[in-house]
Amino acid sequence: MSFSLEQSPTTGDEVITNYTINFGPQHPAAHGVLRMVMELDGEIIERIDPHVGLLHRGTEKLIEHKTYLQALPYFDRLDYCSPLAMEHSYVLAVEKLLNVEVPLRAQYLRVLFAELTRICNHMLNMGSHVMDVGAMTPNLWLFEIREDCLNFFERASGARMHSAWFRPGGVHQDVPLKLLTDIADWLDDRLPRLFEDAMSLVIDNRIFKQRNVDIAIVSKEDALAWGFSGPMIRAAGIPWDLRKSQPYDVYDRMEFDIPVGTNSDCYDRFMVRVEEVRQSARIMKQCLAEMPEGPIASTDRKVVPPKRAEMKSSMESLIHHFKLYTEGFHVPAGEVYVATESPKGEFGVYLVSDGTNKPYRCKIRPTAFSHLQAMDFMSKGHMLPDATAILGAIDVVFGECDR
Amino acid sequence: MTVLHSAPRYSSFEGVKDSLVSALGDLVVSSKEEHGEIVLTVVRGRVEDALRALRDRHEFQQLMDIAGVDYPDRAERFEVVYCLLSVTRNLRLIVKVSTDEATPVPTVTTLWPNAGWYEREVYDMYGVLFAGNTDLRRILTDYGFQGHPFRKDFPLTGYVELRYSEEDKRVVYEPVELAQDLRQFDFMSPWEGADYVLPGDEKAVPPPPAPAPVATAPVTGGAPKVDTPKTTDKPADTGAGEKANADAAAKAPSSDGGAAPAAPAPTESRPATDAPSKGDKA
Repeated sequence: MSFSLEQSPTTGDEVITNYTINFGPQHPAAHGVLRMVMELDGEIIERIDPHVGLLHRGTEKLIEHKTYLQALPYFDRLDYCSPLAMEHSYVLAVEKLLNVEVPLRAQYLRVLFAELTRICNHMLNMGSHVMDVGAMTPNLWLFEIREDCLNFFERASGARMHSAWFRPGGVHQDVPLKLLTDIADWLDDRLPRLFEDAMSLVIDNRIFKQRNVDIAIVSKEDALAWGFSGPMIRAAGIPWDLRKSQPYDVYDRMEFDIPVGTNSDCYDRFMVRVEEVRQSARIMKQCLAEMPEGPIASTDRKVVPPKRAEMKSSMESLIHHFKLYTEGFHVPAGEVYVATESPKGEFGVYLVSDGTNKPYRCKIRPTAFSHLQAMDFMSKGHMLPDATAILGAIDVVFGECDR
Repeated sequence: MTVLHSAPRYSSFEGVKDSLVSALGDLVVSSKEEHGEIVLTVVRGRVEDALRALRDRHEFQQLMDIAGVDYPDRAERFEVVYCLLSVTRNLRLIVKVSTDEATPVPTVTTLWPNAGWYEREVYDMYGVLFAGNTDLRRILTDYGFQGHPFRKDFPLTGYVELRYSEEDKRVVYEPVELAQDLRQFDFMSPWEGADYVLPGDEKAVPPPPAPAPVATAPVTGGAPKVDTPKTTDKPADTGAGEKANADAAAKAPSSDGGAAPAAPAPTESRPATDAPSKGDKA
């Protein structure tokens, strides 16, 4: 009796090669218009080349053709998930060049709404991150909180998303007292109830952990070298938060903790954001408790327009109003780089003024640019489905990345 | 200057600029401290050495941004601006080099891996070349885009627009066609150095230098002290008359359909093109 070794029908006569696939630009987990050219070895990612710029609108060039005030609404449209945080960097940059004093109430209002924006942003990001790795329910539950946030924005500014509410010198309008008390009630009751409820589904979930723990570990050195910021650098174990280390507005009066990660993986990035939501709520409560009465914008009439009632009786106010809404204010020549802690990381504005009423150059430093660039380095050797988890944990929004 | 604004506050700049300038030595071209920012301009060819020294010996660990700026009036029209951050010293620093269209700037991808995309962006937007960057592709503009859109001489509206063509079943590119000129309002005050002539001011001639005051005895005690009071007693004083009528008639467009005044010059230069415009079917 003889037997022969059975031959495989493919090995030997076929060479298995790496193949390249397009992830996006229309992929639900690409968080917008991201095209990633992936080189795969089976299901293992060998190389990723992200192609960005599909949402490039030339915001920086448009701003060069607008007055300082007209340029402000463009910032809402950068990171449309956290519009007020974008405005914050810009108004602070203009104020730094003008060296204008902002009344205390305006500073408190800005911090209050910047933190509300942070909660709003994290609700969207955490929801979509969870959905990217396979869960549906938490996303819907978190959107309920986000809806509340958007309603608060609407009651303050009239717009749900593109508020354009911060102004160089303060904020546009004061908020009604009822809004502040409603936010306080929401922080005490509804937010913790809904948020902790949703998180109880996620943070100890076996599938969620399997998809995120030990995915895309980045060392402290790499996080610094790749220019990480925000939750990405904090998850790497570096307690770096611009609200704490380079405080702006009234953040130096606030008491809050900075969560840091221990393992620097996607799960840590998620958990840093979870804790940031709780800390943001804490900051907001302090704002509401301490907020003084007073003007909500600078009284420097060369920068901030007068009240309408004043214009009815004062010729000077009328002239100021007319000049500010036609010519706009002039900003002293110079250059500044101002960065704030946006929900996604360091969002900076490099503003060059030539002394006229329009910015000479306004370079926007997006958070996603550094993070997305590290996508190749973080995903190497991981499986294809891990790419969605990594991308979800980066928290990328293309309005801001592509500008 | 007292700090009134509430922008981010970091560690004191006391002595930082001088120590950096002395440590970098002849790498520094100029330095200034303005608006709460330290700005160092360094030698273009040795920017990598300067940034390496700042990173390794002065604890500026992070490169946050690279920005390009265009100053068309300068001989070296572009500035490349590096924004550095020190997380240990809690400081920020701006380092600049200048260059022109042809001269490359040494890359800093050797120091920070994230410099790659920032340099690609400056190349894409301004056309600044970076020597040593192995991946200097366009990044934000369209595949196959031509030109460098953030240069000051590039029109805001661009040169091409695109639409989906139902006949060709694909996206087609066409020369940009504006239904209305770009509305570029000029709100600068005319008395603050505007360099154009206001409508109606064409006839104004610069006034002759005022005559030297002549010491004359006052005629009467209460009379106004003017040399020649302006009056229009005679028709000749008003400037009206036969001659003015004739002049006006010569200038006015003839009533029987004279040429309409020419359209204003376009606000932006457009490339001469003979490509078919939107509605034309080939």
